[in-house]
Amino acid sequence: MDSIYIYSILSMGGIGAILALGLGLASKKFHVDVDERIQQVEEVLPGANCGACGYAGCSSFAEAVINGEAEITGCPVGGEVVAEKIAEILGVEGETNETVKAQLLCGGGIKETKKISEYSGIQTCKAADSINAGTKSCQYACMGFGDCMEVCPFDAIKMSENGLPIIDKQKCTGCGKCVVACPKNIITLAPEDKLNHIRCSSHDPGKVVTKICEVGCIGCSLCAKACPVDAITMEDNLAVIDYDKCINCGICSEKCPTGTIEFNGRLIGKVVITDKCVGCTRCAKACPVDAIDGELKEVHEIDQDKCVQCGLCAEVCKVDGAITVTYKDENEN
Amino acid sequence: MEELRVVVLVFISTVLINNFILVKFLGICPFLGVSKQVETAFSMGMATTFVMTLTAAATWLINTYILEALNLPFLRYVSFIIVIASLVQFVEMFIKKSSPVLYKALGIFLPLITTNCAILGLALLIPLNGYNFITSVVFGLGAGIGFTLAIVLMAGLRERLEFSDVPKTLQGVPITLIIAGLMAMAFMGFSGLISI
Repeated sequence: MDSIYIYSILSMGGIGAILALGLGLASKKFHVDVDERIQQVEEVLPGANCGACGYAGCSSFAEAVINGEAEITGCPVGGEVVAEKIAEILGVEGETNETVKAQLLCGGGIKETKKISEYSGIQTCKAADSINAGTKSCQYACMGFGDCMEVCPFDAIKMSENGLPIIDKQKCTGCGKCVVACPKNIITLAPEDKLNHIRCSSHDPGKVVTKICEVGCIGCSLCAKACPVDAITMEDNLAVIDYDKCINCGICSEKCPTGTIEFNGRLIGKVVITDKCVGCTRCAKACPVDAIDGELKEVHEIDQDKCVQCGLCAEVCKVDGAITVTYKDENEN
Repeated sequence: MEELRVVVLVFISTVLINNFILVKFLGICPFLGVSKQVETAFSMGMATTFVMTLTAAATWLINTYILEALNLPFLRYVSFIIVIASLVQFVEMFIKKSSPVLYKALGIFLPLITTNCAILGLALLIPLNGYNFITSVVFGLGAGIGFTLAIVLMAGLRERLEFSDVPKTLQGVPITLIIAGLMAMAFMGFSGLISI
């Protein structure tokens, strides 16, 4: 009787051991490297495999997201919640995951521009654009039918009374659907931390722009000349900002005679290097106009005539209190 | 010659007359689950055929030289399931390495081959029928090909069904089950194919 137990244990154990060995060897031989983030993304997806994203299933979508083929907002079922979680997964991995927000490149609402024609057709930008390029005097201006508002999956865009879309930065996920939907191409995605925006897309010559819009870019190129880091270039009568170069100094908006350039930050009045400076030369290297002078390990000085108050030196300075920045609004107070 | 005759008869009988899906009603889950596209269905059939053939060989060896030799027939279920699970795992690893597209297409149904009753059924039928090694392997191969045949036919029909006007109450699962039933009846016609 006892031998049955022994034989059972031995035979089953033997079979198990041989199969385990075989599988172990096979798993090494057929090893496939899988990005572990794919698994993580798949876990936060709804898992319904509905295919509404355009991929074969949740795992295919997860892979496409990791490979950069799909947008993180691509899952219509999961919506904002899932998009946030995916962004978290991608962000944790230290990837360049700069959050972008939609920015309107037009300031010409009903008040700022003139109405030159009537339109009573289908009330969408796309339809209006296909026949007469809108009702406003500026052919580049926002037509105000709200195609962007319709297409926004996160309810982040509202049309103002002035006939321009208002983008709610809290709700905007930077999915870029409005950018595609806008027939005038006046919505762009800009990094969230950038504070300067040129609210005009008109390539008309300055003479024309001054007649048809109060806030249009007249192509004077004052901003491009003033920019300490050459982030603004003139392209066919229009100032265009390179967000990669922009350092949020706000000088461009100060120089702009028409108020086309918006600046949401604080303008710097004066920058002073105090005697706490340890002479690391970081600020001197960072200064775009070479206004900072000083030997290594000695207190540096700012040539206030050259200084453009961009604040880059204060940003790179590692020593607390070595560079003091006074903002313009502080002086006024 | 007698041996060869038996082998051929076993093969034809498992493919057509005793088709695992349509006559023995084993393996209905993948039959209904993976039969939406002919291509995927065929891949599934091939994967199952591969597992079935290997299973038939492995379980015959284990049954004859370990279980029957040591008089342990009660361990059949457990040992067969372990063997099947390992083989499926192996096939999964192999497919993942060699064809990621196929791996994705098969999805959850690949690990589900493990719990495919057609395969355990096959393993348990071999000792019941008392086949020898060669016949067992042919039996496994035939069962796999029969499975592939049924699932590919089903997929072909379902692809056509996508474009046909099905009454609302029958759309989806009901019409699929009706088709499965009709196919099973059609395969009953094969029962008189061979008379000994």
